[in-house]
Amino acid sequence: MGSRASSLLREEDIEEIKKETGFSHSQITRLYSRFHSLDKGENGALSREDFQRIPELAINPLGDRIINAFFPEGEDQVNFRGFMRTLAHFRPVEDNEKNKDPDAGEPLNSRNNKLLFAFRLYDLDRDDKISRDELLQVLRMMVGVNISDEQLGSIADRTIQEADANGDMCISFSEFIKALEKVDVEQKMSIRFLH
Amino acid sequence: MEDAWDIAWLLIQLWISVVVFLIMLPAMCGASLGVTEMYIKVLVKTLEWATLRIQRGQRDQLRVQAQFSNGIIQKEDGSMEEEIGELRRCWPRSVAGGEFALCDAFYFCRKGIESIVEDEVTQRFTSEELASWNLLTRTNNNFHYISVRVTIIWGLGLIVRYCVLAPLRITLALIGLSWLVIGTTLVGLLPRSSGKNWLSDLIHLTCYRICARGLSATVRYHNRENRPKKGGICVANHTSPIDVVILANDGCYAMVGQVHGGLMGVLQRSMLKSCPHIWFERSEMKDRHAVANRLKAHIADKTKLPIMIFPEGTCINNTSVMMFKKGSFEIGGTIHPVAIKYDPQFGDAFWNSGKHNMVSYLLRMMTSWAIVCNVWYLPPMTRQEGEDAVHFANRVKSTIARQGGLVDLSWDGGLKREKVKETLKEEQQKMYSSMVVG
Repeated sequence: MGSRASSLLREEDIEEIKKETGFSHSQITRLYSRFHSLDKGENGALSREDFQRIPELAINPLGDRIINAFFPEGEDQVNFRGFMRTLAHFRPVEDNEKNKDPDAGEPLNSRNNKLLFAFRLYDLDRDDKISRDELLQVLRMMVGVNISDEQLGSIADRTIQEADANGDMCISFSEFIKALEKVDVEQKMSIRFLH
Repeated sequence: MEDAWDIAWLLIQLWISVVVFLIMLPAMCGASLGVTEMYIKVLVKTLEWATLRIQRGQRDQLRVQAQFSNGIIQKEDGSMEEEIGELRRCWPRSVAGGEFALCDAFYFCRKGIESIVEDEVTQRFTSEELASWNLLTRTNNNFHYISVRVTIIWGLGLIVRYCVLAPLRITLALIGLSWLVIGTTLVGLLPRSSGKNWLSDLIHLTCYRICARGLSATVRYHNRENRPKKGGICVANHTSPIDVVILANDGCYAMVGQVHGGLMGVLQRSMLKSCPHIWFERSEMKDRHAVANRLKAHIADKTKLPIMIFPEGTCINNTSVMMFKKGSFEIGGTIHPVAIKYDPQFGDAFWNSGKHNMVSYLLRMMTSWAIVCNVWYLPPMTRQEGEDAVHFANRVKSTIARQGGLVDLSWDGGLKREKVKETLKEEQQKMYSSMVVG
């Protein structure tokens, strides 16, 4: 709980974040409070250690991948804007979300962007393809030591075989989207933010 | 020059007599002149008025004050099996018997992001958020100007707290502590007898009563028939060092703790002279058997006072009870659970040891409005046949949590400073693996 956290956030910043992410005013101030309480170094940015300090995240098998999603390529710090931008992916999709500004592009919490977030969890080297190796590594993170290499390998092979349409032994983003077309992504990759 | 000294001397005499006769002596006898009750009533009225004005002021400014007592998000309650099962239902191939689906990652992803936005543990190591401001700058989230009247009241409150109450409380605390040191040393000179024990109890009690007044502590004790008896172990949730004063205000206990140097060391040594407390050297604390043996020896002697232990091992912010370390539950004996719940409206009692050291913490306590808390003595519990210490500890913890209206968590309070154990992650991985291979 930051005792004066919200006073460090200017109204103009809140408005910009509102436009970019779609969060409401009160949600932004509350999330800023949370950001501030995680920021132990009090330097306006979060490092990977700050995230690791959350026990429930540290025991999550994909914890490291999720933390990585907050940090842009090659960077070690994420500021509040970046934090909000990543969290915005998990805003629920409103049915009648009027796209007031057609030039604004796709909202961060569209089905496509949610799928892209999930895709990037698997795509370790950010080359827009999920290779067999990458899939194996992520599987290993999720199951720990409880499954043998051979079994895991055959699971990875089968998954790629089913999803791979163009025969390059990798899953591209469009193949990923096709494989998940029946899954209710909008609901499963959303968090119910209050007020 | 002479006159100035005379006046100063007169003021000092007046001050001392007020302190001694109006506060100290009644406190020692356990009586009260009713000043504190009246103060609390006035305070409650003032805070209610301030709350109304703040709410009105915010309505004028068209800003909706978020309900801080609620969470930021509403979490999904399903277990891993339920949620991943739901996800897989839409997967093209049937994976009912096991196997992997790309959408499995969604579950971990969402859980991870939920914990980043709001988690059960890290919020317990900082002070509780209040639903409405209590006119102390230190607890304010949105410190902005509301109205002239509220600011005036806040200013008056500041003057009263820092210039009137704080010096009074500091004086009382100093008197109380010196009384303890001198009294126990004197009593220590007496030979062992029941008279000595009675005197020692008296000294301890009166000292803690003075200290409690020194914090403007208003404590309501419930179910006093369940008070810890000799040869028992008193177990309570831990919020701050003041817990000791609150409990010892109403009964005599044998303290358990580490040997300190400096002022604490002086207090510890003098307390030891008049009745047996259990102070451990730092090196001894590592040896669990030695610790257990000393505690066992103490409770075996039915003439010795009940031990006061805080099994959480660290200060938590009084919104929850965290894991009880099993050490105190392995030595046998009767456990007397006690639940302590502070009212945060009057002052935040939580000691954030990372943020404040002991001295600045005590000063903060003495410049708060008051310390108001409820203490519930719960019926004694013993370990049942075939119950292991961990299960027993959890049982006691749930009882305390239920009584105090606190959240019952099984997370370790040590997470304040340490990383979480790898084994917990491995449990999650094991659980998921069973869904992959069936």
